[in-house]
Amino acid sequence: MSTPNNTAKAYTGTPTSRVDGRAKVTGAAKYAGDFNAGGLAYGAVVEATIARGRIARIDAGEALRVPGVLDVITHENRPRVADSDEAWRDDLAPEDGSPFRPLYDDAVKFNQQPIALVLAEEWEIARYAASLVRVDYEKQPFVTDVYRRRDDAIVVEKPDKLRGDAAKAFAAAEVRHEADYFIPTEHHNPMELFATTAMWEAGGPLTVYDKTQGVQNVQQFLCGVFEKKPNEIRVISPYVGGAFGAGLRPQYQVVLAVMGALKLQRSVRLVLTRQQMYGLGYRPATIERLALGARRDGTLDAITHEAVGTTSQFEEFSRNDTGWSALLYASPNARYEHRVAHLDVPTSCDMRAPGAATGVYALESAMDELAVALKMDPVELRLRCYSERDQNEDLPYTSKRLRECYREGAAAFGWDRRKPEPRAMRDGKALVGWGMASGVWEALQVPVAVRIAMTANGHAEVSCAASDIGTGTYTIMAQVAADSLGLPIENITIHLADSTLPSAPVEGGSWMAASACHAVIATAGEVRSELLRRAKLMKGSPLADAVEEDVTLSDGKLVSRRQTDRGVSISDIMRHAAMERIEKEKTNEFAQDKAHARNTHSAVFVEVKVDEELGVVRVTRVVSAVAAGRVLNPKTARSQVMGAVVGGIGMALHEETIYDHGLGRIINHDIAEYHVPVNADIHDIEVIFVDEPDALINPLGMKGLGEIGIVGVAAAVANAVYHATGVRVRDLPITLDKVLGRRQAA
Amino acid sequence: MIPFQYTKASDVADAVRLIAANGGAKFIAGGTNLLDLMKDNVERPTTLIDISRLPLNSVEETASGGLRIGALVPNADLAWHPLIEKRYPLLSSAILAGASQQLRNMASTGGNLLQRTRCAYFYDTATPCNKRQPGSGCSAVNGVNRGHAILGASTSCIATHPSDMCVALAALDATVHVTGAKGARAIPFADFHRLPGDTPHIDTNLAPDEIITAIEVPAKGFATHYSYLKIRDRMSYAFALVSVAAALEIKNGTIEEARLALGGVAHKPWRDAGAEAALRGQPAEDASFARAADLLLRDARPQAHNDFKVDLARRAIIRTLTQAAHGTPQSQSNKTIQ
Ligand SMILES: Cc1cc2nc3c(=O)[nH]c(=O)nc-3n(C[C@H](O)[C@H](O)[C@H](O)COP(=O)(O)OP(=O)(O)OC[C@H]3O[C@@H](n4cnc5c(N)ncnc54)[C@H](O)[C@@H]3O)c2cc1C
Ligand code: SF4
Repeated sequence: MSTPNNTAKAYTGTPTSRVDGRAKVTGAAKYAGDFNAGGLAYGAVVEATIARGRIARIDAGEALRVPGVLDVITHENRPRVADSDEAWRDDLAPEDGSPFRPLYDDAVKFNQQPIALVLAEEWEIARYAASLVRVDYEKQPFVTDVYRRRDDAIVVEKPDKLRGDAAKAFAAAEVRHEADYFIPTEHHNPMELFATTAMWEAGGPLTVYDKTQGVQNVQQFLCGVFEKKPNEIRVISPYVGGAFGAGLRPQYQVVLAVMGALKLQRSVRLVLTRQQMYGLGYRPATIERLALGARRDGTLDAITHEAVGTTSQFEEFSRNDTGWSALLYASPNARYEHRVAHLDVPTSCDMRAPGAATGVYALESAMDELAVALKMDPVELRLRCYSERDQNEDLPYTSKRLRECYREGAAAFGWDRRKPEPRAMRDGKALVGWGMASGVWEALQVPVAVRIAMTANGHAEVSCAASDIGTGTYTIMAQVAADSLGLPIENITIHLADSTLPSAPVEGGSWMAASACHAVIATAGEVRSELLRRAKLMKGSPLADAVEEDVTLSDGKLVSRRQTDRGVSISDIMRHAAMERIEKEKTNEFAQDKAHARNTHSAVFVEVKVDEELGVVRVTRVVSAVAAGRVLNPKTARSQVMGAVVGGIGMALHEETIYDHGLGRIINHDIAEYHVPVNADIHDIEVIFVDEPDALINPLGMKGLGEIGIVGVAAAVANAVYHATGVRVRDLPITLDKVLGRRQAA
Repeated sequence: MIPFQYTKASDVADAVRLIAANGGAKFIAGGTNLLDLMKDNVERPTTLIDISRLPLNSVEETASGGLRIGALVPNADLAWHPLIEKRYPLLSSAILAGASQQLRNMASTGGNLLQRTRCAYFYDTATPCNKRQPGSGCSAVNGVNRGHAILGASTSCIATHPSDMCVALAALDATVHVTGAKGARAIPFADFHRLPGDTPHIDTNLAPDEIITAIEVPAKGFATHYSYLKIRDRMSYAFALVSVAAALEIKNGTIEEARLALGGVAHKPWRDAGAEAALRGQPAEDASFARAADLLLRDARPQAHNDFKVDLARRAIIRTLTQAAHGTPQSQSNKTIQ
């Protein structure tokens, strides 16, 4: 096992500011819509205004007569694109179904579907002309409400073999709790709008600046769709202004921008409007049914979790909401089943902790209700059901310090002062409630290749196609590279998110930090080996009889681990070998360890204050205790978890994509009306990283942190609202009308 | 957005001349509402007459002891104006309850009066809306109407007026000064905004060729017993579900004068003479407040998704009157409701 050098100051484990922070705050960082080219043309999208049907007639005549309009592309005159589903299936496309193809034919499959692209000399002209495209539709009946398709939903996930007989055990249980929970459709609403600038160059490759979480995924996708060779399209995405999963799959604007560039033989920029962002993927509206059966001592006999999620009519996207319930707690009988309802909407997609943010919300709400039924402290109940092994696979974990999360979180929060009865705690007019929940997420790893080019003057360029979606990938890779190459962090330059760089999959699932850092260490190891080989050849080399395990890179030198004053500087070695640079590329090798489960865990403690008369809920305190292996950068890690907690508060209290199901249309499609928390909604958030050594998972002992922070938060808030008021709200968001018990179904 | 001409008015007379001569023209002040509506193709002016540089941006004392506020005074400046803070803190508080600092910096006093409803259907040209397109129908009546009116609505339109500032101005009995081709006139605040009736496309009684020049507030400022309470779906930067402006004069525990105006419940800031009369002469206590609330809401008629608003309005009225009576007005910067 190779470890970073231990002589100089280690960047890893030390709070380190973002290496790209300055570029971002000064505006030097360029995003997909910021790149310029001579002769740039601008696109504007025309959207469908019906939920389902066909385009009977589309008339661009008036639009084309506007001076400055270059072209209007519709399904009738678009350039050729591939016609197999295979070609349109990106890395993250569901296996089943037929991916959406913009401007492909006259079918309208969802409201806000793009049906024409107007191209003009200026953006304002394009947008005006877009309003002049006339469309006649043949409308067809549609359904956008998941409750109306609940009974027709299709099973997409259930365990291979049943664990006991959950129904029977539930019926016989001493204490039972059974209820439905609901999470509405949510949209990611990243600050940066989806945008593509496609740079056309006669005879050259098409360079596509795109807002995406995976440049190589988009590159391969575009090559498939437009039937191009790999060297004919290059995709770059140096910075991403938030995505939260919305950028995992190629979005339609990249197809349209490329279509426009190929048709016009000009560079094209297409930036969606905020409203148009609601025509993309979303966290699916999901109905969750939980049934828990327990003994009076709080041990579980039966867990049943059934969910119905949402997808389009043409693709079967789902993430498993229900498996978490069977995984997390010990219970001899467990059954889960995830179904998905096909509606006349776009395909749903991943949004921060997909499946878990929703499924664990339901599970942890139900656990709270069970604790109430048992008259047991909610933390105590979770300890009674604690499992040391993954309950689905019956495997030990590489590490699991959830118990410590409960203990440290509860201590920091002051949980022992909680009065168990609802409505028992007050602060003036406000009812005070304390709630908690567990969180769980995966600790995934993926193969990532990294190239390091080190020069004799002790500078290194580290390259990888991975994206930094704002999470801090640039920074953490620079930290690890600096430590493993024994260089100051200022001497490290990170190049990311260019499809021509060493390969990396999309950035998502919280797998990138651990995988990419592991790859950096592996590649740095190759650089070190090369240096040692060369150093041994030097006359009178102090490392003449050193072996790999003996040496490390520190302070610009290759030195003996045991005797750090015995060594040779990198520049001497390279000068002696007449090398200007050493270049190595390697992929992280991680054991496909089938004998262990790999997860991150958390315990979230929340205080709410609820105005008793007005129903207004405020989340006044949150303690999130996270166990996610070794934390390499406590500063960016804390930011990740804090941001995720804010996201969880939004999920609990604010976020909801509101449909008019009669029109099949989203009506709050802007961020004035789609509410996320604002500063005034956020009070104290304390993040605790529980010490969780993990010698099995990877050489750094590291797991991902991008998603675990949101899991459980909504449940903890809902549980706190119940504790404050005695009112159990089971459909999110918890708005004041629901707290007052005066909500009519929409 | 459609292409439009842009011109600057040199003075009020010029502004009036320009608007009278040009049927498709609109004034632009801060642009915070108009530009959004233009981007959504809801407003389609062929000419924008920029009035933002007209010298209507001062706050002056009037002979009768009130203040005359120029139509172009930015909302932020008005809220923090020393005379407003001191003598009309209700107005200051209501302004600060609205929008965001950035928007308040841009928004003008006159523009605030004329901001249009936030009914989602009004903003979406793909849906029927009588206010946007007379005769096309009202999507909200049978659609999503959680945010809509509970008082004074019609079958043609159930939208609410979104302003916070106007709720305070209504309570303060302000006057709107306007100038048109036919000369200047003063419109009492209560007559400025209209109920929807069967002409929901007409929000106010301002004639198309008139410009707002100033808002006048009379001497009575209720600086001792006032409060503005806004209830919304998040603690800031959201429009009111229900808001209440309360202003009282109390002597020896008895209410001598009372003003009560509600936002978020009707097509205009809602006042009810009966409810205010019921407070006068009564002890400043819960029972009086509850009676007034019941009176004000006696004709409330909720929509399918908002019957919570009636109860909420009742509770908010009682709370706001209590805050006013106790001299503990709702803070607009603490992240809490008192
Ligand atoms: C995201 C968002 C949130 C908001 N939240 C709130 C809130 O919580 N509470 C609240 O009260 N407001 C809120 N607002 C609305 C804001 O207060 C108004 O947009 C603003 O007051 C309008 O003023 P303006 O000067 O920008 O008007 P403009 O947009 O310039 O004009 C609005 C209208 O008034 C007309 N006009 C302007 N001045 C005159 C004049 N002197 N004479 C005649 N006609 C005139 C224009 O022709 C136009 O039709 C919000 C706005 C936004 C965008
Ligand atoms: S309530 Fe008024 S503004 Fe809203 S849709 Fe109906 S007519 Fe239009």
